[in-house]
Amino acid sequence: MVWLVLLFVVPLVIMLSLSLKTCNPASGACTMTWNWGEIPHQVNLYRTEFFTSLEYGAAATLVDLVLSFPIAYWIAFYGGRKKNFFLMMLLVPFFVSFVIRTLVWEFILSPSGFFLTFLRHAHLVNANFHVLGTGSAVIAGLAYNYLPFTALPLYVALERIDRRVLEAAYDLYASRREAFMRVILPLAVPGIFAAFLLTFIPAFGDYVNQQILGGTSSTMIGTVIQNTFLVTGDYAAGSALSVVVLVISLLGIWLYSRVLGSRSIEEYL
Amino acid sequence: MSVVTADVATAEGPPAVPGVPATKRPRHWGRLALPAYSWLVIAYLVFPIVVMFVYSFNKSVGGVPQVSFSWNGLTTLWYRTWNDAPGLTAAFWLSIRLALIATAISTVLGTLLAMALVRYRPRQFHGKGVIEQILFVNIAAPEIVMGASLLGLFVTFNIGRGFLTLVLAHVMFCIAYVAVTVRARLTGFDRALEEAAYDLGAGPFTTFRRVTLPMIMPGVLAGALMAFALSIDDFVTSNFVSGTSSPFPVLIYASTRVGIPPQVFVFGSVIFAVGIALALSSLAIGRRRT
Repeated sequence: MVWLVLLFVVPLVIMLSLSLKTCNPASGACTMTWNWGEIPHQVNLYRTEFFTSLEYGAAATLVDLVLSFPIAYWIAFYGGRKKNFFLMMLLVPFFVSFVIRTLVWEFILSPSGFFLTFLRHAHLVNANFHVLGTGSAVIAGLAYNYLPFTALPLYVALERIDRRVLEAAYDLYASRREAFMRVILPLAVPGIFAAFLLTFIPAFGDYVNQQILGGTSSTMIGTVIQNTFLVTGDYAAGSALSVVVLVISLLGIWLYSRVLGSRSIEEYL
Repeated sequence: MSVVTADVATAEGPPAVPGVPATKRPRHWGRLALPAYSWLVIAYLVFPIVVMFVYSFNKSVGGVPQVSFSWNGLTTLWYRTWNDAPGLTAAFWLSIRLALIATAISTVLGTLLAMALVRYRPRQFHGKGVIEQILFVNIAAPEIVMGASLLGLFVTFNIGRGFLTLVLAHVMFCIAYVAVTVRARLTGFDRALEEAAYDLGAGPFTTFRRVTLPMIMPGVLAGALMAFALSIDDFVTSNFVSGTSSPFPVLIYASTRVGIPPQVFVFGSVIFAVGIALALSSLAIGRRRT
């Protein structure tokens, strides 16, 4: 416990205080100036990057929800004795390092890679079609990397639905469609929101996908934070931006707990 | 993230209601379209791994040891010279060492934390709710925030970045996962068993070692496994706090700017094969036991 406080709470407090300081990028020395203006200033400065991150994160999460709902549904309701095997198949990407996974997507999407070469030869795309370096590539990478984060909470939610409730619906002459729309879907709503948060939050703060797949096309806020810390050494600016990212994430969680109860999201972790 | 917890949940969760066979209903969707679609998604998940495996046999252009985007022919050169990429093997062992240490520390601390959270009532244990909130935020917060705040801490206290800061950081983000996993196992724990041990004259330590620990072992192991997996693959936090000692993911990421040595894909493929083999065997063992 002490450890957790020491290594999690203290850094957060320091981050907050750093964001109020003024730092000298050259020497790395920071002095407390109670500079409350830093946070709004940085938000203003990087407004585009924040919106890009929100947009890419949301787009990737939506793609994941659409992609993984049917498969989670299938495993939960028809998986039978092979459930664990299928769940493991969902986790297969995790057996390859996150950075390598993203690199492989660079290979796949690269204009000189086999995939686009093949598409060009098949005349499915024209000669100067490219994906790498665009927002779509970043969204695709995010969606691939975080798909299990969506699929598993959805699976847990669907698995938990009491089959007897479903039986009751059928006994009351619900059609399959009605049973799905009016029983399964409403019961899965907390899971869907949990899946949304658990995917959106990491995707929103991600910068690896953007750096490897997005090139210089559009920058996400994670890249900016990483640069302020590791390249320019402006810790105050970086801390201010991190505080905002944290607040946005916590806001999502807070909203969830207000609407659906605070305990339930933990059950999907 | 929800990996192991989800597994535990399926192992112990509510069993499918008996007497309600899914086959009673017309299930054309379940029979045709859904499986086909699901296999497509699985294929999509596996596809990059196949690409990685195939490209680990790709010849390089002009003898430069760098991966190339185009296909130049088959070679096993990179498997034979797996050790030759500068720094790669060292980074790999650094990651293994780091993950082992971080897992050991965080498993012990996380298990104790979980026990404290489950055993004590809010009255006895002040700030229990706060700790639970912190645990949750720790898991839910974006990694970049944690990496940045840890770097802020180390800079403020003038702690040089290196192996030590890496261990501290990794233990920090592993503890919460271990605690949550162990807690899930502990909630269904019957305290009467411990009382029985006390009645039979066992001291607190013996009781813990011979009764409590064996009971919660599956949870502890699951937590440790998750900690190991998280630690060995961590990039974002490590990149912030690593300084000059680069773990495996950090080194690979740095090499993307100068040209990726083909051995990266060799390592990726071998690690993948070993991981899958372990996972499949544990699945098989689990099935035999039940």
